[in-house]
Amino acid sequence: MTAPLTQHTLSHLDWLEAEAIHIMREVAGQCANPVLLFSGGKDSICLLRLAEKAFRPGRFPFPLLHIDTGHNYREVIEFRDRRAAELGERLIVRSVEASMARGTVVLKHPGESRNKHQSVTLLEAIEEFGFDCCIGGARRDEEKARAKERIMSFRDEFGQWDPKNQRPELWNLYNARVHKGENIRAFPISNWTEMDVWQYIEREHLELPSLYFAHTRPVVLRQGALVPVDVPLVTGELTNRPKAGEEILEKRVRFRTVGDISCTAPVESDADTVEKIVLETATTPLTERGATRLDDQTSEASMEQRKKEGYF
Amino acid sequence: MSAPEKIEAPVQVEDHGLLRFLTCGSVDDGKSTLIGRLLFDTKAILADTLQAIERTSQKRGTGAIDLSLLTDGLQAEREQGITIDVAYRYFSTGTRKYIIADAPGHEQYTRNMVTAASTANLAIILVDARKGVLTQTRRHSTLAHLVGIPHLLVAINKMDLVDYSEQTFAKIKADYLEFAARQGIADVRFIPLSALNGDMVVERGERLNWYDGPTLIEILETTPAAHTEHAEPFRFPVQYVCRPQDSANPELHDYRGFMGQVESGSIQVGDAVTVLPSGRRTTVKAVHLGGVDIGRAITEQSVTLLLSDEIDISRGDMIVKRAEAPTPVKEIRATVCWLSETPMDRARTYLIRHTTREVKARLAAIAHRLDVNTQEKMPAEQLAMNDIAQVELKLAQPIFADPYTVNRSTGAFILIDESNNNTVGAGMIL
Repeated sequence: MTAPLTQHTLSHLDWLEAEAIHIMREVAGQCANPVLLFSGGKDSICLLRLAEKAFRPGRFPFPLLHIDTGHNYREVIEFRDRRAAELGERLIVRSVEASMARGTVVLKHPGESRNKHQSVTLLEAIEEFGFDCCIGGARRDEEKARAKERIMSFRDEFGQWDPKNQRPELWNLYNARVHKGENIRAFPISNWTEMDVWQYIEREHLELPSLYFAHTRPVVLRQGALVPVDVPLVTGELTNRPKAGEEILEKRVRFRTVGDISCTAPVESDADTVEKIVLETATTPLTERGATRLDDQTSEASMEQRKKEGYF
Repeated sequence: MSAPEKIEAPVQVEDHGLLRFLTCGSVDDGKSTLIGRLLFDTKAILADTLQAIERTSQKRGTGAIDLSLLTDGLQAEREQGITIDVAYRYFSTGTRKYIIADAPGHEQYTRNMVTAASTANLAIILVDARKGVLTQTRRHSTLAHLVGIPHLLVAINKMDLVDYSEQTFAKIKADYLEFAARQGIADVRFIPLSALNGDMVVERGERLNWYDGPTLIEILETTPAAHTEHAEPFRFPVQYVCRPQDSANPELHDYRGFMGQVESGSIQVGDAVTVLPSGRRTTVKAVHLGGVDIGRAITEQSVTLLLSDEIDISRGDMIVKRAEAPTPVKEIRATVCWLSETPMDRARTYLIRHTTREVKARLAAIAHRLDVNTQEKMPAEQLAMNDIAQVELKLAQPIFADPYTVNRSTGAFILIDESNNNTVGAGMIL
């Protein structure tokens, strides 16, 4: 066979996949002790598939880490444990509740969202294990502060991101060098959109927690968002009790993003298969975070602020 | 909550891959309006984003919806009303996915433009139809050309403010071509636009009927997505070596997979290869992706190569085809863009990262500095931030390089300051 004069080009998913594999292998090649952040959410589920493509038949050159707020959906926690076991990879779980018990996380009031406090627990885990790089599933299309973050993003010894002093990132030459105590956050799917993620899930036949598909659950209407109520935790305890005067509605919904129960809201939907979700994603009038994240609407700069404090 | 109105955005039906392009210009040229227009007309901006922009526009008293707000992300940028850093934006048509690198236009952000340009395959250079070719236009074109962006598109914007005049367009085109010829810029196209009214962006509009070329989106849809359209030598820098050493599985016992991305060319089972720097020769036994033998790999694919002979290979080595091996070099001439606030110190050594290889480097000489505004070559004693210069570097170990004009991957490198691990320079090998 002779080489064709005009090269083939890769399909957009093949290109994105190849880029993500390259980034993961750069982490493996450059970092002494990396870790992959796995929450059981769709973006980190894609990361696991990409790690399989990058490193099989070998084992992953990093363990998996989940920072558990203690307010996660039971289905997601069960999925997380099962997926890690299926892959035969090591899963480390560190909990915000342990940080609260140590006194390093202090809630303003018992009902305060634990979401932003994950930063503290994450930094504690980084110190405990001496991780020099955390691979995360953040995407630049999610939020405007993320749009300006590097694929390999430097954090100082306090875990802080300095948006005005980022390392230039040219070609595919990534610089993950750090001194002891410092840290890199690596984002292999930076260039993916929500649509790309769903198309990849479809193509690769990836299994997801049931919450991503349309189901009926009790919700209330709060600040324009559907807020799930009476959600059972892993312990069986019910969280997100409705407030006085709130009307409980039974709605058919699905989650576009899954995180801490206190700050992720579902959208109304009948899409109960990946194919239907792909179609719905193509026609939705709302962004992923705009529709569903209650934590980003506080101020114009809330994500940027959290990232400066060590959030991933 | 009332059900929001559905809008129809295209589902990808065919797949013409992905195109990365760069937009250069300032807010004054209508760059943000153009990006806003592209995102808006391809349905990439969703209702809540528009509402947020509307709220901010009102809060700041700018009146009409300011689409430039779409592209400034950081608090400091909003405070100062300028774009400091490169922002990446995404949209997709029925056939193609696009990544826009939006680079700030001002001279002091040369390093950001070089950064954004390094991964782009096409550059849109915006010109205000009222102002014509300016110093800034020449600077952007010089940089885009220097960083080897294969396709340049001069978008003559704000045609609505010059009565859609064909003569104005022709004059600017002629001026630009004169400059381009002097600089050796060959592949350049021109398009008249009104980003504000949407003429010739996604829709043709009614007012530019004298122009019979393609619209902006038609140009984007048909620009080749691969970094090159030529058959190139095969270059495979090894990123990582997979040795499962699984004693329970006899198939994996001797498994040695060499992992990397095909930076150029293609490879298939049976090809004769040489490993650098050892010079050892063997053939390709298998090409794996995700544990499956795919038989062949092309540029930009991340794969694992299995070789017929047991050879000691580690990260930083390069696998090439036997007949087309690059020459190992310990002295290089290169164009360097200095990226750090701390000037380059001739007395110090830096780390050079070239493909997956890291070696120590020292500045041997500065041939000249390039004034990006006048395109003049000036003598220089040192390199400060945003300076672009032709230099000679001495390396502690050889690298396996190609000229940048021939290969954007094996011709590129970055310089790292080991004291703080910052990326301080970007280089293109001559």
